[in-house]
Amino acid sequence: MLSLITFLPMLGVGAILLTRQFAGPTQADRDAAARVIALAVTVAVFALSVLLVVAFKTGVSGFQFTEDAAWFAGLHYRMGVDGISVLFVLLTAFLLPLCVIASWRVITDRVVEYMIAFLVLETLVIGVFCALDLIVFYLFFEGQLIPMFLIIGIWGGQNRVYAAFKFFLYTLLGSVLMLAAILAMIVIAHTSSIPALLAYHFSPGVQTWLWLAFLASFAVKLPMWPVHTWLPDAHVEAPTAGSVILAGILLKMGGYGFLRFSLPMFPNASVQFTPLIFALSVIAIVYTSLVAFRQTDFKKLIAYSSVAHMGFVTLGIFSGNALGEQGAIFQMLSHGVISSALFLCVGVVYDRMHTREIAAYGGLVGRMPIYAAVFMLFTMGNVGLPGTSGFIGEITSLTGAYAVSTWTVFVATSGVIFSVLYALTVYKNVVFGQLANPALAGILDLERREVLIFAPLIIATLALGLQPGLVFHFTGASVDHLVAAFQAAREGPR
Amino acid sequence: MTLAASLQLATPEIILALAALVLLLWGAFTRRAGPVFVAASMLALLAAAAAAVFGPHGRAFDGGLIADTGAAFSQVVIYLASAAFIPVGQRWLAGRGGERFEYPILVILAALGMGMMVAAGDLISLYVSLELQSLSLYILAAFQRDDARSSEAGLKYFVLGALSSGLLLYGTSLIYGFAGSTHFEAIARAAKGGAGSGVLFGLVFLICGLGFKVSAAPFHMWTPDVYEGAPTPIVGFFAGAPKLAAMVLLARILSEAFGDAALQWRQVLIAMALISVAVGAFAGLAQHNLKRLWAYSSIANIGYALVGLAAAGPRGVQATLLFMVLYVIDVTGFFACLTALTRDGRPMETFEDFAGLMRERPGLTLAMTAFCLSAIGLPPFSGFWAKVFVFQAAMGSNLAIPAVVALVGSVVAAFYYLRLIKVMWLDPAPAATDPPARGAVALTYASALFAFPAVMIALIPLYPAARAAATALVQR
Repeated sequence: MLSLITFLPMLGVGAILLTRQFAGPTQADRDAAARVIALAVTVAVFALSVLLVVAFKTGVSGFQFTEDAAWFAGLHYRMGVDGISVLFVLLTAFLLPLCVIASWRVITDRVVEYMIAFLVLETLVIGVFCALDLIVFYLFFEGQLIPMFLIIGIWGGQNRVYAAFKFFLYTLLGSVLMLAAILAMIVIAHTSSIPALLAYHFSPGVQTWLWLAFLASFAVKLPMWPVHTWLPDAHVEAPTAGSVILAGILLKMGGYGFLRFSLPMFPNASVQFTPLIFALSVIAIVYTSLVAFRQTDFKKLIAYSSVAHMGFVTLGIFSGNALGEQGAIFQMLSHGVISSALFLCVGVVYDRMHTREIAAYGGLVGRMPIYAAVFMLFTMGNVGLPGTSGFIGEITSLTGAYAVSTWTVFVATSGVIFSVLYALTVYKNVVFGQLANPALAGILDLERREVLIFAPLIIATLALGLQPGLVFHFTGASVDHLVAAFQAAREGPR
Repeated sequence: MTLAASLQLATPEIILALAALVLLLWGAFTRRAGPVFVAASMLALLAAAAAAVFGPHGRAFDGGLIADTGAAFSQVVIYLASAAFIPVGQRWLAGRGGERFEYPILVILAALGMGMMVAAGDLISLYVSLELQSLSLYILAAFQRDDARSSEAGLKYFVLGALSSGLLLYGTSLIYGFAGSTHFEAIARAAKGGAGSGVLFGLVFLICGLGFKVSAAPFHMWTPDVYEGAPTPIVGFFAGAPKLAAMVLLARILSEAFGDAALQWRQVLIAMALISVAVGAFAGLAQHNLKRLWAYSSIANIGYALVGLAAAGPRGVQATLLFMVLYVIDVTGFFACLTALTRDGRPMETFEDFAGLMRERPGLTLAMTAFCLSAIGLPPFSGFWAKVFVFQAAMGSNLAIPAVVALVGSVVAAFYYLRLIKVMWLDPAPAATDPPARGAVALTYASALFAFPAVMIALIPLYPAARAAATALVQR
């Protein structure tokens, strides 16, 4: 089941390559075929992952749908999901069809390659969340650099080559340190199986080094302050769908990594470094919120706001209690939906005006009422208004962290106020006011294709916001198990 | 052991030696290398590979030549890699008026030298085989004798190679003087419990001499110039198999003759490895010519392989063997691609030449991209597995710090590989390229398909085979 979901997009790649021969005489025919196949495959993957979630047994903490096949050198191809990962599979499968639709008209150059890159990316991302072997995990985790480099580099904006290189090299540096740690773990524990390693106790001295190496990779990926600087560049230059994938899913792999590796495998080191993480998280929340406030570039603003929101995730994860973990997972899922939607909102006006300058807009409400309403909803979600999913994520992760450090939460909460500041300011500047720019006079409201993209995102935001139990129901057992194991290891013999 | 038994153990080498003599006579009469001639020379290499696999094992000529799993494993790779470049190189030379029947013969003689290197069990056979290989390669580097750059490459290679042979010979004479024998087994007895200062002195010279052959820094100076000047398919040939042969030779002598002195030679290897990684990564950043770039890339890669060798023991040697095999295939593909491509009859060698290749030749560009990603060590390409094996072995031998330093070096090197990918995919193309040579294209595709996805399956049999080979190589 998991292998099918993971590798179905690769079948789509094969289909696209085959139909290139038969689709028709012109390039346009081939492009159209590639779009249709990509959409069909991503929708099929989504349907399968819905089935997966339905078949998933809640209330059980272990891995389900496991697969295991021996490979070479003592490695195994192991797959499986638990309550922590299963919803990320769903999130990935949910966002990919939207990406394909969002690129339907916008991408006109090298469409075949573009769709292939996205399908490959889908395989790799789902693989990351399903892998239960260290090397297999690394294979999927690191392989993503290739399609993402090409997506930014080929279909990006003005400064795309710089952004693609920065993204690649930053991430690679973090990842090779993680690779060193992975190899050391295999040598020490004589196994690369993640379930076996979850039960293995590394000595505290070793834990420190391994934890730091994993931090190098996940902190870049998430990203945490001060290694977040690749993110604004990558986001700004990437095409809209690329930004959606980056913000919606790729960032989540950092948080997922903390939950899967750092916390349960190196509990002593996690406790030891909690003050560091808390400090970095608070700086990320407050500082990047303030930075976001001063941005003149629409996409950059949302990119910085993503960094701030990821600060809540790290706060929640390293609080080490059930509420914090639940909040962190929820915040990641919620951010996956809301930030994707916000990037799509930018994409809508960018496709019409071809500028990301906030100053170029203003008074859109008169010309684009539906757009104004949609944008309003996601802005509110971004600042964490009760009723949207953003509120639940922030309040639970902050409550979890409150149990550990009152002061940290006190400062972090002020970051929430700053986020209101920048979000409402940009909303005011773009949507309200006079229609100052004459070029905006002919701008059109959302077309049917765009409504189709936003409808599921609106439903998801409100559903998660009003019924958070939907998520907690799935994550509960696994989080309880994780926290219990973490507490036991922390208090056990050192 | 009787002479007949010894000769039987040396069957692969005898096949090659006879083939070289017969082909030389044949060529002297026909004066040209037709397709039958080329096919016959490839057949000789394949026959030698088969003989190495299926032949008996043992120590021939009083221990001078060792036929074991380690030698057989390396010989198969060497002979196949050599055979691959005979038709490709012949076609390339023919296109430039440099076609001569000596080319396949010299490749066979070099392969014979390499085959003996990996089987050497004695300082004499070590030196003889190394020189046979080197002399053939010097001539091959200067094969386009009307081309100033090719002649320069050959001369440079020869002079610096002779210097390294001198170092090596001096080292072996010191070892012989202090150990009282040229046999690896006898040297091992003399170096029991650690090498004395005399033997150690000789060993360091020996390592330096072999460092020249594998182009490890700080003995790498010849590499970029020779790679740039020598004919492209010939560079592809001597960038791969000879390095594997020299690595296996190094592995065998270090573990068999100096196994007890591991702590003494390990530091030398680590120093060489880290300097190589640094030189390869940083100097590569400034290159414009792809052949020079790949010279620096090979210096860095030899650095990684040396980290594996420094890990010592069966695991370290196994990792080094796997690394070198995967590397040979990568390098073969890269230079096959360079061989295939020309523009207006001129070879394409610089970054600018490769601009925008994706639009015109997507197949070859994808292959080149695969080689670059593999060289970065990005999963799931073969270079990733090579690095995993090597650094896992290093971690297992308490060499975590060199491993981490080398890994960080690979991030620096990633920049120039990425630059090539960027140039091919994103930049505008200057002009159309000529139709590529079919043989070279086939070799490129075969290597690229090995780099991914075939490697994921090929490693299943390759891993235990390398294990057996490594066990035989370190056995005393």
